[in-house]
Amino acid sequence: MLLVVEQFLNGLQFGLLLFLLAAGLTLVFGIMDLVNLAHGSLYMMGAYFAATFAAWTGSFLLGALMALGATLVLGIVLEMSALRHLYGRDHLDHVLATFGLILFFNEAVRLIWGPAGLALPLPAWLTVPVPILPGIHYPAYRLAIIIVALLVALLLYLGVMRTRIGMLIRAGASNREMIGALGINIKLLYTLVFGLGAALAGLAGLMQAPILTVQIGMGENILILAFVIIVIGGIGSIRGAFLAAIFVGMIDTLGRAFLPNLLRQVLSGAAASTAAPALSSMLIYLLMAIVLVVRPEGLFPANRR
Amino acid sequence: MKNLTVSKAVTALMLAGLVLLPLYSQASGNVFILTLFTRIIILALAAASLNLIMGFGGMMSFGHAAYLGIGGYAVGMLAQEGVGSGFIQFPVALAASAIYALVIGALSLRTRGVYFIMITLAFAQMAYYVASGLARYGGDDGLTVYKRSDFSGLINLSNRTQFYYLCLACLLGVIFLIWRIVNSRFGLVVQGLRSNEQRMQAIGFPAKRYQLVCFVISGTMCGLAGALLANNTDFVSPAVMYWTRSGDLMVMVILGGMGTLFGPIMGAVVYLLLEEFLSQITEYWALIMGPLLLLIVLFGRGGIMGMLGRVGRG
Repeated sequence: MLLVVEQFLNGLQFGLLLFLLAAGLTLVFGIMDLVNLAHGSLYMMGAYFAATFAAWTGSFLLGALMALGATLVLGIVLEMSALRHLYGRDHLDHVLATFGLILFFNEAVRLIWGPAGLALPLPAWLTVPVPILPGIHYPAYRLAIIIVALLVALLLYLGVMRTRIGMLIRAGASNREMIGALGINIKLLYTLVFGLGAALAGLAGLMQAPILTVQIGMGENILILAFVIIVIGGIGSIRGAFLAAIFVGMIDTLGRAFLPNLLRQVLSGAAASTAAPALSSMLIYLLMAIVLVVRPEGLFPANRR
Repeated sequence: MKNLTVSKAVTALMLAGLVLLPLYSQASGNVFILTLFTRIIILALAAASLNLIMGFGGMMSFGHAAYLGIGGYAVGMLAQEGVGSGFIQFPVALAASAIYALVIGALSLRTRGVYFIMITLAFAQMAYYVASGLARYGGDDGLTVYKRSDFSGLINLSNRTQFYYLCLACLLGVIFLIWRIVNSRFGLVVQGLRSNEQRMQAIGFPAKRYQLVCFVISGTMCGLAGALLANNTDFVSPAVMYWTRSGDLMVMVILGGMGTLFGPIMGAVVYLLLEEFLSQITEYWALIMGPLLLLIVLFGRGGIMGMLGRVGRG
């Protein structure tokens, strides 16, 4: 029972983290029609910034805030210098160009921070286990991730659905030319959306950093997961991304936790312990393949919102 | 001669260079260049197969590296089990790739656009994790191929020059095959589907069936590249199927010029030589390579072949 609750919360936490990443990706994808493979690099940069700033200032929170600002600025600079020129191009051009950006970021990080990974230590008050149910404790930091991510998701929802900027963003997603014709500064709007997406990716990266090590290439695996999520959820749909992210986070975490035991029921011990890790890594891709075969446009297509 | 354009001249020069390379290598005693170009030719073969579906068929597969792994693992696994004959290994590698392509093609072709890119990627990632889980065949660490495929005296794959020419022959054979396919009725239908699927369907062509056959042909060709690659490196690991490898192949095709016959070879040669050259200048070669790719996308439409074509027109 303890294990089930704990793994369930881990799944929720991972799913929410993935949502932060996928939200930025789906916004950029849905509104600018830009396939940004370098989104994972922004996630990585968020983690590196946080580790560096936290070491400078000696405060985890201050470091995290500064890292958030730094990724926001980095995203805006990236958009204005390079990606802006890719709008309206073929998706393949996006893939090639942002693939180049991944190479660049990985190498730049190796140059600046060295090939070894960094660690982002947690302050003492975040490492204590917190009782969540009678007899069940859960690490405070993971709980904090859940709360922060839920808050951000709520803010994002309110921001997109209830504010004027959010209205413009939604309008931009449905018809780019039209809102341009209505006198909205699309360039500025795009830069803003991209910066927002970058900051969300950076937030996901810096929150994940204390759990995993901060290392080169950390953004690539999780980027693919984020793509899986927005494809399952339907491109451009934040609600779809949210539900798909929770779903994928749960399946991934629960699969890793319980699949080995389940397999041991049917297979011999050795066969199960070799097959289980591969099978649990495959689960989400399997899920995506099934979703795409059954509903080629994803579960919540944006244009039918 | 009116037909002698710049791009044709450059292509001919490049092909002549590839054919004559072993002579240079022998004369100068530079063995490394032969090994490097064997790898380039094999990856050019993979890029050419990707170009068939991407450039001519309009199917953007982001999971093409899976076939490299499948072809490679077919050779490696059979060698591990004591089947050393290339006459068995290569047909098995091709058949395995074809079957995989048939299954994932049938499922993937239900989607289009970005969704197609993503679903092919998902299947390749699955293949990657399956290979990582093959504990008997090395799992994550990969599988060493202790003995290269044995073609019983016909050709010796351990001889560098013979192996080089085998790879080159395979590449040229595949290019010839693609040329025949593209200009056949079948190829014209596939290209028509790239331009306007609805219209082709309205005329009465079963769109998905044509695309699927094309997809399988391309996968089988790439499986050949995989079998050669395993022989070249004497090693196969899940890493050859990783998605960045698929990205590399896409980059080669786009860099060289999508939908041109010799573009992928050009792309593979330039991309891999650039990588080699930059990595000799600085350890941080990707720092230059990345922005270079960006610049090529921004300013070099149509890849190298496109640029050469523009130069030709003056």
